Order: sequence, then C-alpha cells, then structure tokens
Amino acid sequence: MSRLDMAGKLEILADAAKYDASCASSGAQKRDSRGGKGIGSTTASSGICHSYTPDGRCISLLKILLTNSCIFDCHYCINRKSSNVRRARFTAKEVVDLTLSFYKRNYIEGLFLSSGIIGSPDYTMEQIVEVARSLRLDHDFRGYIHLKTIPDADPMLVEAAGRFADRVSINVELPTVPGLTKLAPEKSAPRIEGAMGQMRLAIEDSKDARRRYRHAPRFATGQSTQMIVGADDGTDRDIVGRAAHLYDRFGLRRVYYSAFSPIPDASAVLPLKRPPLQRENRLYQADWLMRFYTFTPEDVAQTTDPVTGMLPLDIDPKLAWALKFREHFPVDVNRAPKEALLRVPGLGTKAVNGILSARRVRRLRLEDVGRLTVSVKKLLPFIICEDWRPVRLTDRADLKALVAPKPVQLDLFGA
Amino acid sequence: MEVIRLEAPDDFDGWRMAARALAARGVPPEDVLWQVGDEVTDLFAGADLTMPQGAKTLNVPKDFIDLARMAVLHRDPQRFALLYGLLIRVGRDPRVMQDRADPLVRRLSVLVKAIRRDIHKMRAFVRFREMPVGNRVRYISWFEPDHHILRANAGFFVGRFANMEWSILTPDGSVHWDGDVLTEGAGASSSDIPDEDPTEKIWETYYASIFNPSRLMTGAMLREMPKKYWKNMPETRLITGMIAGARGRELEMIERSKPKA
Repeated sequence: MSRLDMAGKLEILADAAKYDASCASSGAQKRDSRGGKGIGSTTASSGICHSYTPDGRCISLLKILLTNSCIFDCHYCINRKSSNVRRARFTAKEVVDLTLSFYKRNYIEGLFLSSGIIGSPDYTMEQIVEVARSLRLDHDFRGYIHLKTIPDADPMLVEAAGRFADRVSINVELPTVPGLTKLAPEKSAPRIEGAMGQMRLAIEDSKDARRRYRHAPRFATGQSTQMIVGADDGTDRDIVGRAAHLYDRFGLRRVYYSAFSPIPDASAVLPLKRPPLQRENRLYQADWLMRFYTFTPEDVAQTTDPVTGMLPLDIDPKLAWALKFREHFPVDVNRAPKEALLRVPGLGTKAVNGILSARRVRRLRLEDVGRLTVSVKKLLPFIICEDWRPVRLTDRADLKALVAPKPVQLDLFGA
Repeated sequence: MEVIRLEAPDDFDGWRMAARALAARGVPPEDVLWQVGDEVTDLFAGADLTMPQGAKTLNVPKDFIDLARMAVLHRDPQRFALLYGLLIRVGRDPRVMQDRADPLVRRLSVLVKAIRRDIHKMRAFVRFREMPVGNRVRYISWFEPDHHILRANAGFFVGRFANMEWSILTPDGSVHWDGDVLTEGAGASSSDIPDEDPTEKIWETYYASIFNPSRLMTGAMLREMPKKYWKNMPETRLITGMIAGARGRELEMIERSKPKA
C-alpha cells in the first residue's frame, strides 16, 4: 500500500472523526494573544462557526483523530478493529502544524482531538496530551482545545489533559447499559461515569482555586458527552432520563445526541437505514426545555408516548406538553411569572425577557407581543393580554390541528 | 432645519456630541437633518453646536449608549435620526429603554441585531491568504461586510492574531496590523489579495471529509452561510459536487454493509 501524504491522512482521520457531533467552541475563559508570542483567542460566551457543510453542521474546530487504528471492536464505530477501513496515523507535530496553519487563515477556532485506542489507554492518552502540550507550551497557542479522554487512562494523564484543554469529553455512547454491553463490549458504563466524576471534581477544584488565587493554573471549564440515537432500542424516555442524570450528577455543559447513520463497512447487527434526524432534533428540543425552560425530566417524559416511550415527531415537545396540560393555559402576559411564560409554545427565552421588561413600563397589548415574537398567531390560544382573551380555545378538540406546523417538504436546495 | 455633518458613516462620537447640544437646546427630531461626509445638500446652513449656557447635561441609561454605539454602524440612512428621536424620549422618561415592545425601541433593536450578526459573520468568514513580503509573511483578506463594522471589529482580529502581520481589505476601507499598531487605509478591490494560498487545498480536503453524506441538510447550511458569502470562501466551490454525490455515497455504504449472500 502506498504511503499516505498529509492530505491522504487528513482525509481518513477527518472522515473517522465526523460521527462525533460535538463541535462547540463556547464556554472557555476569555483570553487573547496580546502580550504573548503566539496566536489565538477565545470568547467567553458563544463560539464561532467558521463554515458549514451541506449536512447543516458547523465547522468550528479542526476535528480529527490522531489515529483510526483501534484495539476495541464497538459495532457502531467506523474505526472498530474488525472494520476494513484504511488506517492512518498523524504524528503530534503534524497535528500541531495543521492546527496552526488553519488557525492563522481564520478557518477554525481551535482543535478537537480524539483517537482510536492503540497500545494501551495510557499510551493513547499520552499522545493526545502531547499535542495539546506542544500547542500551549511550545507555540503559546491560545485558541480553543477540546480533548477526548480515554476511558481507562491514568487519572494523572486525564488531569494533564484538563490543564491544556478548554473542554474535555468522554462519550457514554449508548443510552442504556444493555445497549452498551451489546454494541461496545469492551466499554463499561460504571468506568465511564467514574471518569466523569473525577473530571467534575478536578473542574470544580480549579474553579475554586481561581476564585481564591488569581494566578491559579488554568484548567478545562467544562465537560460534555455524546449518546448515539437509534443504534440500540433505547427509547426517547430512556435518553432524556439518562441525559438528566448526567447533567445532574456530573455538571455537564452539554449532552450531544447523534443519530446513528450508515458508515462504510458497518457491522451487521446495526440498522441499515437513514439516520433518524427528526428524532435527533426532537431530543435536542427536549434537552433545551430542561436546560433553559425550567422543564423537569418528568415534564419531558410526560410528553412521550406511554407505550413506545418516544417523543412525538409531528410536533415539538413544548407544544406537546401544552396540548396535554391545557389547564395551565391561557397565560396572562401582563401578570404571569416567568416560569409560566416559558411554558407558552412559541415564546422563546428572548421574547419572555422582552415581555418581562416591557410590562414593567405598561400593560401589553397583542400588537406589543407581536413585535416581540416571530409569529403571534400561534400564541393566540395560549395567552391573555390587555386586548385579547381566547374563547375557550384550549378546550377545543381540534386545537392541535390549529397550532401544529403544516408538514413541509424538507430541504430543497434553495436557489 | 438644522444640518449636522458627521465625519464618517460610523461616527458615533460625532453623533453623540451633536445630539447632546441639540437636545440641550430642545431641537425637535423633525427639525434635524443628519448627513455623512460630503453628501450633497447645500440648502441648509450648518447647525449651531455650542452648548447653551447653564444647559443641563442629559443623563441617559447605559443601555441607550450601548444600543446607539451599535446602531450607528448600520447602513440604514435613518439611523442617526431614529437615535436622536429615541434620545429625546429617553430624556423625558428613561424607562422607554425597558419597553422592548415600543415600536421605535424595537426598530432600533432590529438594526442592532443585524449589526451583531454582521460582526459575527465577519469574524467567522474572513479568510486570510499568506503573502511573502520581503523576508516576512503577511496574511491578507478580502471581505465585504453588509454594514460599517470594519473599524468596530478590528479589535477582535488584533486580539486573536496579535503576533501576526495582517490586513483586512473591504470596499469601503481597510485595516492593517503590523504587530504593534493598527492603521486604517482606503477601500480596496478583491484583486488586491493573492490569487491563492496552497493551504486552501488541504482545507478543502478537510471540508469534504468532515461532511456526512447521510445527513444532507442544505437548508440548515444556507441559513447560517448564505450564498452571498461564498465567493470569498475557498471551500464553497466543492458544495455543488458534494450535494450531487451525497445520496449515491449513502446508498453505497448501505450496500457494502449488507451481509454477503
């Protein structure tokens, strides 16, 4: 087999990394390259997407594997031992050079580095840490770094990863333990959660130290994880429950949901079908309800089908909740507390904040609410304002037909 | 009618000085004409901008200043007049700023939202090309912002690329960083930057490889990366081919994974 050049390796090792949905470059400590000798900056709030591919995903970080060789044989993974994809391996220096040369041209916010497991978990982790070390210490790189940590690596190495990275992550992979046992026989849910627990402590310790000593060493500010959706028979209720547990127990910044999609040379135990993108979207919506709309995991679970445990696909979970619990509506925009406003389908967090601010000055009419939202029409059955009160609309049996979005053909490539 | 001539389309300080003097004299918004640079109109004399004796300084909430600083960057020719109108109302009742459903507050907020997006997209979609200059290297970009954001956005690039030498050229002006000092220059044209940068080929390899053909969602891509930006982003020349080949690649992967008969 011919030797691979840089582009050849990149083709293989980016292709191998794309099934990890995470790409965020947000939530780092704000810093820039002034006063240093290298390049790079991070924004404290939202990250930057430097490009978008036709799958609608953002390119924020250079997302690659160090190598796609792996001693594990996880069925859902393109890089598993028994797959016959072509293998490649970057040296640490190659990854460092590639990151810097992309960054200088403003293609990326930084690096997201993961790896197949070669040799041992410790050896693999050492290689990953070496890339980050070199970027930070040899080149004074101040952009974003996200490192995948290897489940059974030495805690000292994982700690080192945290010192150089802004974010670290370890994937729980599947929502249920039987799913993990079946599809990733070498991985263990308790060991994955154990590693997350250690990382949570390290992140909290460093936050505490920085509060007390301004020059305390920097450390990652958050961790995240990913669950594959549709590869095992975990229901949406299972997934939401598991996510809530992970947010609660490990203080995760994000849980990513990745619809299982066909991979080259897939294992025969997996579904051969199009990825369940609509389902993935509904899970992200449910996740948002828990993170930004004060929904409890039980609230979300109540919108799933009692028999199948799945979220409805035709309407979003917030609307599903409102249709099921109509006694909470209509909500008076001039009087209701914030939590009640956040439950109104069609009112986002910005609109709710706008309403709360404006109603301190005067009582709001329908046209005022209209100026604060995208579409006031959908809100009509659910709100009361100075000049509007729905006439028993929430009692109507056909309410869903009135407010549910019309089915549209998805994704025609616009002119 | 009083005419105010501002020095530049993003001249916030000029607007603020003039607006303070006009408000102190109680000049109503409909009696002021705001102009930038040498735009025509000799019909009216320049306004008197001396502060009247004993005039009270107008105190305005900080969120008004934040909004005004952003809104002046918009191309909307009405922006200075709209802001002066809001200033007069804020002077009477500072609570107007909280009333986000107020039509004028709303209209200006929409301008600010467009500015924030323009600033964000510039930070995202500027692409530098490497150019040797003597024995050093300079990174040069051509970008076409929708609004007058170049000067306001330059600080971001200084912070990020403090130890590089770079230039960002736009139709209306340019900024240059030499590692120490930021200088401003005239507008330029797209032919003023190098034709290519060899690293773009490698970047395109990455772009093509990170794409998942089973998840085609061009609508989501276009929402965040409208076609008007494409011509200055090298990777976008691959998009048409990537879309055309996507379904075939997906079917091939499914076919190859089927158990052999």
